[in-house]
Amino acid sequence: MRDMPLISVEGVSKRFRLPRTASDILTGRPPAAVHALNNVDLEVHRGETLGIVGESGCGKSTLARCLVRLLEPDEGLVRFDGKDIGLLPQAERRAFNRRVQMIFQDPYSSLNPRMSVRQVLSEALSVHAMRPKADIPARITELLGLVRLPADAANRYPHEFSGGQRQRIGIARALAVEPEVLVADELVSALDVSVQAQVINLLLDLQERLKLTVVFVAHDLRLVRHISHRVAVMYLGKVVETGPTEALFATPRHPYSKALLDAAPELDPARQTRVAAARGELPNPLDLPTGCLFNTRCPFAFERCFAERPNLSNRGPAHFAACHLTDFGKPTPATIAAQ
Amino acid sequence: MTAPSPDRNTAGGGLKVRGLTTTFATPRGLATVVDGINLDVAPGEIVGLVGESGSGKSMTLRSIVRLVREPGKVSGQVEWQGRDLMAMREADLRKVRGAEIAMIFQEPMTALNPVLPVRLQIEENLSAHTTLDRRARRQRALELMNIVGIPAAERRLDEYPHQFSGGMRQRVMIAIALANSPKLLLADEPTTALDVTIQDQILKLILDLRDRFGMSVVFVTHDLGVVAATCDRMAVMYAGRIVETGTVAQVFAEPHHPYTRGLLGSVPRIGAERSMLLSIEGMPPGLIDLPDGCAFHPRCSFATDRCRAERPPLESFAAGREVACFHHQTVAAMAEAA
Repeated sequence: MRDMPLISVEGVSKRFRLPRTASDILTGRPPAAVHALNNVDLEVHRGETLGIVGESGCGKSTLARCLVRLLEPDEGLVRFDGKDIGLLPQAERRAFNRRVQMIFQDPYSSLNPRMSVRQVLSEALSVHAMRPKADIPARITELLGLVRLPADAANRYPHEFSGGQRQRIGIARALAVEPEVLVADELVSALDVSVQAQVINLLLDLQERLKLTVVFVAHDLRLVRHISHRVAVMYLGKVVETGPTEALFATPRHPYSKALLDAAPELDPARQTRVAAARGELPNPLDLPTGCLFNTRCPFAFERCFAERPNLSNRGPAHFAACHLTDFGKPTPATIAAQ
Repeated sequence: MTAPSPDRNTAGGGLKVRGLTTTFATPRGLATVVDGINLDVAPGEIVGLVGESGSGKSMTLRSIVRLVREPGKVSGQVEWQGRDLMAMREADLRKVRGAEIAMIFQEPMTALNPVLPVRLQIEENLSAHTTLDRRARRQRALELMNIVGIPAAERRLDEYPHQFSGGMRQRVMIAIALANSPKLLLADEPTTALDVTIQDQILKLILDLRDRFGMSVVFVTHDLGVVAATCDRMAVMYAGRIVETGTVAQVFAEPHHPYTRGLLGSVPRIGAERSMLLSIEGMPPGLIDLPDGCAFHPRCSFATDRCRAERPPLESFAAGREVACFHHQTVAAMAEAA
């Protein structure tokens, strides 16, 4: 039904080894490793906004970093335009670095405090030889206009800007090289809510105008729902559910997605429940549960969930969930009528 | 829960704050971080104090129990069960803090002592405020761990804060706060550092504790979803002042202050996906150099010459509702039209 995905993540796993401890040496065990990503499959289509949600430690930032090749997967591969980005020849690798840009979470540490905005932007422009030297000042003015900063911002340094303005500078830096894909990792989570809205509006507008593909990594479900066409929910380094935003939010088909959605406080004071949506806490990522990763917290877990890890399987148009209970959350005539 | 009117008598019961003002002398001038706050909290009521960073909501909470460090100066009146906390001697106030009035903070890692097992930290509060002997304190510490829902409480009492997850640490903080069955809980962003499923558990715990022990709670947060989920009434703060109050249902349904309207509009709503959010342009002002007139006027689309010259007072316009805006009727009409 769709063309080839622009980015496809195929069976990607990523571990971070911890330093070897004395007891590792004595027992001859390999050092412990944090399993940040566990066999992740995901597709990003041209022109869409894909939201990646999950709680801290679910691997969403690690996945974002694998997408832009700031990290190498231990297993599996990431394809961009059909080609394995780990095997690109030098010239194509440079082109990939230009075509896929990342914007970071922390507007305070992601800009060099000793570089003026002009230097930040002209560095990006000259590294990728985007413009003849003479055209750079005009392009900088244009970029600042694009992110709605005044032209005189070019002469100022990061400390002179607020958090929201710094994120705009980060966006301008990413846009300087005319990318096709923006990977935004917690773009607005450090900002106050009124400023968040400004940056989200800017992102929606830019995407429309520049026909960008956006991967929006965030923990805020409301924001993800607002801007994404499609959503992937992650838990303990695995995508447990993915689907069109509307379908996933209306009928989550994985018990974790449902718990996550139910736990987010409703904005409507009249619609509150008194029962906590999820019990327990995240298991230790050094020592993953066997079988389904959610089995320690899942109220529906049965024998098979402790023996066998479920893979993503189809639940509806472009909707997939990794759960042995294939009927979980399935709309019944009664629930459809209630909507 | 009925909406208490702001001028109703809470003497002998809850908390009554009048003209609370906190200033800091800085090299660049005097910063008024809390500017003449009035606030009432009835027994068993949860009041949300909402605002963005720098609005003075945390400082208001600290000022109520005089936990403001030099060079901060606190003035005004804080009446707690008929006694004025502002006029109280430090030694007497110390008997109130941690006993009748307890506080929990945002960062459970820095608020707990990393080198003491949690048992000692809970028992410390008991030995400071009660005459319980050692055995009774141990018993009570265990009971508190169970109340806040920490599994395997007996074993975990002897563990250190670093052995607890963020959510569990916040539960320990709540256990310490509850040690002496407080009548008033001051909660400063207690769930902001937590993940949403854990936040949900902690919020529901606080609601249960309110129901079981009839505590009053002042809940400082920037998250409107948290307010909707937990609070009975709310006060919206901007630049050190309260700009709007009312029951949560009233304020959400019909905001009367343009700032409240902007805040509510900044949060994505279901059914309006991928549309432009109603953002507030600009940034909050610096507290040393506040704009003349209404502090919000440079960001306000309703502002007129009067707003630029004259500061609107916080005035009641309906039972239990107050707003500090000359044009609040126009703002409310817009909300209704939208």
